[in-house]
Amino acid sequence: MLISVLSGKGGTGKTTVAVNLAVLLKNACYVDCDVEEPNGHIFLNPVYSKSERVEVMVPAIVKEKCSGCGECVRFCYFNALALVKGKVLLFPEVCHGCGGCIHVCTQNAVTEDKKDIGRIDTGVGGGLECIRGVLEIGEPVGVPIIKKMKAGLREDRTNILDCPPGSSCTVVGAIQGSSYAVLVTEPTNFGLHDLEIAVRLVKKLGIPAGVVINRSGEGDERIEEYCNTEGIPVLGRIPFARGIAEVYSEGGLLAEDARYSKYFEEIAHRLEEVLSREAACYYKR
Amino acid sequence: MKQLVIISGKGGTGKTTIAGSFSYLARDATVADCDVEAPNLHMLMETEDILREDFIGARVAEIDSKKCTRCGLCQEACRFDAIQDFNVNGLACEGCGTCSAVCPEGAVTMKDELTGWNYVSLGEGGRVFSHARLEIGAEGSGKLVTRVRKKALEYDRKDELVIIDGSPGIGCAVIASITGCDAALLVTEPTCSGLEDLKRALSVCDHFGIRAFVCINKYDLNEGMAEEIQNYCLQKGYKMAGRVPYDEKVLEALKAKKPVVLYSGSPAAGAIRKMYKMITGLLEEDGHVNSDS
Amino acid sequence: MKICITSSGKEMGSAVDLRFGRCKYFCIYDTESRETKVLENAGAYSQGGAGIAAAQQVVDEGVEVLITGNLGPNAMRVLKAAGVKAYRTEETDVARAVMMYEAGQLQPIESPVSAHHGMQNKRGDK
Repeated sequence: MLISVLSGKGGTGKTTVAVNLAVLLKNACYVDCDVEEPNGHIFLNPVYSKSERVEVMVPAIVKEKCSGCGECVRFCYFNALALVKGKVLLFPEVCHGCGGCIHVCTQNAVTEDKKDIGRIDTGVGGGLECIRGVLEIGEPVGVPIIKKMKAGLREDRTNILDCPPGSSCTVVGAIQGSSYAVLVTEPTNFGLHDLEIAVRLVKKLGIPAGVVINRSGEGDERIEEYCNTEGIPVLGRIPFARGIAEVYSEGGLLAEDARYSKYFEEIAHRLEEVLSREAACYYKR
Repeated sequence: MKQLVIISGKGGTGKTTIAGSFSYLARDATVADCDVEAPNLHMLMETEDILREDFIGARVAEIDSKKCTRCGLCQEACRFDAIQDFNVNGLACEGCGTCSAVCPEGAVTMKDELTGWNYVSLGEGGRVFSHARLEIGAEGSGKLVTRVRKKALEYDRKDELVIIDGSPGIGCAVIASITGCDAALLVTEPTCSGLEDLKRALSVCDHFGIRAFVCINKYDLNEGMAEEIQNYCLQKGYKMAGRVPYDEKVLEALKAKKPVVLYSGSPAAGAIRKMYKMITGLLEEDGHVNSDS
Repeated sequence: MKICITSSGKEMGSAVDLRFGRCKYFCIYDTESRETKVLENAGAYSQGGAGIAAAQQVVDEGVEVLITGNLGPNAMRVLKAAGVKAYRTEETDVARAVMMYEAGQLQPIESPVSAHHGMQNKRGDK
């Protein structure tokens, strides 16, 4: 099972919710899909025992076979190829690895090489399996890393996916196929605005969702009102407290802090409830 | 013309709060909100739209079911698993056109896709504000960022300063936000994640040759950590732009949809003003150096 | 000989566009016929790899000299392979840039700026 934790806006506490839920839920695995800025390891301190490179395919031109016709250059939507003086020049960093050039080549002169774009680390921390994807600096697209990471997950586990912020294709890559989405927000104008974006995204993908209000307090009503109209349950609240900010800033786990664990236990409990209800609905269908 | 981009590897560090205040302080500056996935800056600015454009940022395959013989070649050739049961999943399609190239029946065509909208608005005194909204789950956020910046330059009247509110992360949207800028202000917070993300954002700036300044927001929430970040910058030769204290006025300003520098007596506002002076001062110095050479 | 100047407008009096990959127009000036041809830069709106697409277009036009502000490494590779000589100019207009080139006042561009300098972005920008 995949459970995505996301927020339209960054810095709302997505990672906080994800790592603490992973610690509290039974049989969980923490998966850091925020490949541009993976942070969960700061809280779970995993010892990574395995590191796997992620490669994408880029074309290679067999010079002896190439007739310099330029078919591949004209085809490439991403401008990864150029034709100069009858020779094909290749720009792997621009390539999306679609393989179209291989198909359009009339001389069978295009083969493929591998290009490294990042890695996947696997290990154990905080008493559970932790996986993270890391995108190489200067590489623009992390989706292949996310895809590969998700393909290797065990289905009998509750996989908590800590998703990247925003609403672009990277986020879609992360949350696709999730059974449930936990949307983390905060009771500010920015928070509500970005929650609306996250809600539109999960609705578009048909993923049921619940909301966690972080830094809860004044302004909660507007979030609650919005959730009501959208028919989305509020799974829990994490209060605005300096102590929480301090534990966070030191990389501590709130679920293991006697003062604050109750908030996360409540969220975990509510989540298990809605999940079993969703599952029941699913079987009825 | 100088372009200053404000970014933060990590989200929620106060990037937009600072961008909003800088925009207020630089009355003549053109402002661009490049956080196209979750734009917020417009909430801090009173503006009127003068331009709204559809943005065609991608293309997507379309299968003509009348021509399709269900041979499955397109499905086999697609590397993005975007074709299932002879239907195209628009969210997975990258627009490469391979399916169209392999189809023996000419049943697959590539169609332009609307991926967002970009706007130009005018604020107080006719100041230009360029911004955009990416369609949910769409591709081409970097490309839309490029459009926002282009529009900002096109409509810019004063030729002095462009303030860019960047997007979080280190991927293509950020790359598009920072390239060609004269300086980047990196806003971080005194947490482990803050430092970690700062390091990655700094290496992106280095990678693309952009001069970086660092600001620690809410530094007094963990002074030890703030110190560590400061030492890191010192060691690596990054210039500190300033430290902004935790201040309840920031939240108050946010709720009132106003830039925090409007609040007199706010310690955060004071720190932001100081930082603004320092950075614009340095940028101006740069300008003289350039014109002399 | 054909000289290509990256331009923000269609006239000889238009300002030089200092970006290469995402410049608006290419003004191609033929020193023999003294005629100017203006082309839209196909790379300007491309899905990434703008510098490569723009360089390809310039090469395909049979240009021998390029005048612009900055060149990225990808564009430079294409131009070098094709033997196009690139020269750097400061902010000026197209006609003056050509005059300066003919007077030998422009410096050749030897090393590229980092990719994306002209604010294009890398791949299909996702």
